[in-house]
Amino acid sequence: MPQKLPIKRLETIANDIREDIITMLEHAGSGHSAGPLGLADIFTALYFDVLKHDPKNPDWEERDILLLSNGHCVPVRYATMAHAGYFPKKELLTLRKLGSRLQGHPERLKLPGMETTSGPLGCGLSQACGMALGLRMDNKMRRQVYVVMGDGELDEGNVWEAAMLASKYQLNNITAIIDRNNIQIDGPTESVMPLGDLKAKWQAFGWHVLEVDGNDMEAIIDACTMAKAVTEKPVMIIAYTIPGKGVDFMENDFHWHGAPPNHEQAVKALHELRTLGGKIRGEHE
Amino acid sequence: MSNMHLVNLNGKLESESIRKGFGRGLKKAGELDANVVAACADLTDSTQMSLFKAAFPERFIEVGVAEQNLVTVGAGLAAVGKIPFVSSYAAFSPGRNWEQIRTTICLNDRPVKIVGSHAGLSVGPDGATHQMLEDIALMRVLPNMVVIVPCDAVEAEKATLAMAKDARPNYLRLAREATPIITTDKTPFEIGKAYVLEAGADVTLIATGTMTYQALKAAELLFKDGIEAEVVHVPTIKPLDAETILKSVRKTGAVVTVEEGQIIGGLGGAIAELLAEQLPTPMQRVGMQDHFGESGAPDELLTHFGLDAKHIRLAAHHVTDRKK
Repeated sequence: MPQKLPIKRLETIANDIREDIITMLEHAGSGHSAGPLGLADIFTALYFDVLKHDPKNPDWEERDILLLSNGHCVPVRYATMAHAGYFPKKELLTLRKLGSRLQGHPERLKLPGMETTSGPLGCGLSQACGMALGLRMDNKMRRQVYVVMGDGELDEGNVWEAAMLASKYQLNNITAIIDRNNIQIDGPTESVMPLGDLKAKWQAFGWHVLEVDGNDMEAIIDACTMAKAVTEKPVMIIAYTIPGKGVDFMENDFHWHGAPPNHEQAVKALHELRTLGGKIRGEHE
Repeated sequence: MSNMHLVNLNGKLESESIRKGFGRGLKKAGELDANVVAACADLTDSTQMSLFKAAFPERFIEVGVAEQNLVTVGAGLAAVGKIPFVSSYAAFSPGRNWEQIRTTICLNDRPVKIVGSHAGLSVGPDGATHQMLEDIALMRVLPNMVVIVPCDAVEAEKATLAMAKDARPNYLRLAREATPIITTDKTPFEIGKAYVLEAGADVTLIATGTMTYQALKAAELLFKDGIEAEVVHVPTIKPLDAETILKSVRKTGAVVTVEEGQIIGGLGGAIAELLAEQLPTPMQRVGMQDHFGESGAPDELLTHFGLDAKHIRLAAHHVTDRKK
């Protein structure tokens, strides 16, 4: 377990991860931009503060388990894992290429530390339930199961089947995080399939719900800490994020859900990230 | 009858539902290995998981009528070292949750044991919605998946115990109706092996599940017709025991496959693929001919849809005629 890093340092790492996401996606020529950029703070918080894990021993038996249910956002996980030391950063450029361990959607058998194969939506929470039940049977309650889900993914019925089960069995060793960025492929979530009052919905399903600014590093870490203190119920953290966060022309535009930047757009995006939106002079300028 | 060494058709056969063998096997598997756990989708008595539940309540999970959740919870349990058996009716699991099985169990390579009960035409009066006929095809096409269809309760018990020790994803197909018990405690069972239950030189009857009994009855009828049928029982449809099957077909030169399911993609499909590539042979497939079933008594339905011993006998005559 590495030493706790100051929030400012974590924010810098998240920014570096965003740069890597842009570079990876441009190089790959396909993939999802908006979700991964929006999730960079959450993944940085998880891998550099919240999770009990060991990049040099991905199968460590005491580790916390992190599931990425919305597998299309995997570029953020790859970039974060590389920064955390799971594999060399140069491997990020193999994303979506033949023979790569970094598949377009994550595959457990390809990459150590990737806990599940995912992509088809709605299956992460129920796998988390199975893991949480199994860990509880073995009295391994010091291991927490984290699952990151998309908001568009909540259209899937399988999610609500799992929501009921986690509540029934009071699986307090699950911490779920919804990336509430309000977009999906066909448009805004509320026009594709209105999700309505998510907090009330999850509460009605028997969950303890926390709401947080998903691009606020300190708030994310605090919410994860609070989640572990809830002993009666599974915890849902609704994390409000900005899709495309950090790149002005991508932010809040659903067209970037499933598209990568071309070279010109990538140069522009990287410039913006390196200068923190023009606030500072970029070191590469 | 000659060479009957693996099964006993003499005298009056006792009958028992195949799923009951599963129930006993699961409880035994649970006694042998504390990591064996079970989950069910609101059909605990029907699928015979109730024995396990009573013995190990803390290792049993009721997911409600939610088959997508059933198999994905199974994938999660397997991820933390459990050996999960997950059961429902075959019409719902793997009928409804195929993609979850594909992604979270097969591609993810988790050793979940999917148990589909009440499969086949013989679920009877419930009608076409509940007569699962496509499950073998659905499961057989998935990489990493093992497909097991026992012929009676005794074999189902052995299959269940073998599955608990198998590191791969497995599908076990069970039927509801009482089925004659044709194997004994001493009859061998190994995942991946086919068994010659009756030796003959003129035609090979390749059968699985409840239809193996019908094939044996057909062999008796054929014997009276002057045709010696070899009966090969295939309890594991994937991986297929090509060696045993090819050896028999090389000898007889004519084949009838028999199954209580769609011939497209089922056992008939599997044997046709094998023989077309390696040993083209006159062949006929007995089973559901690309249509759905309907309500009726199980025996009536088998006759109505051409799945009984008399129809197998007829098919055997057709293929042996084609040899000439």
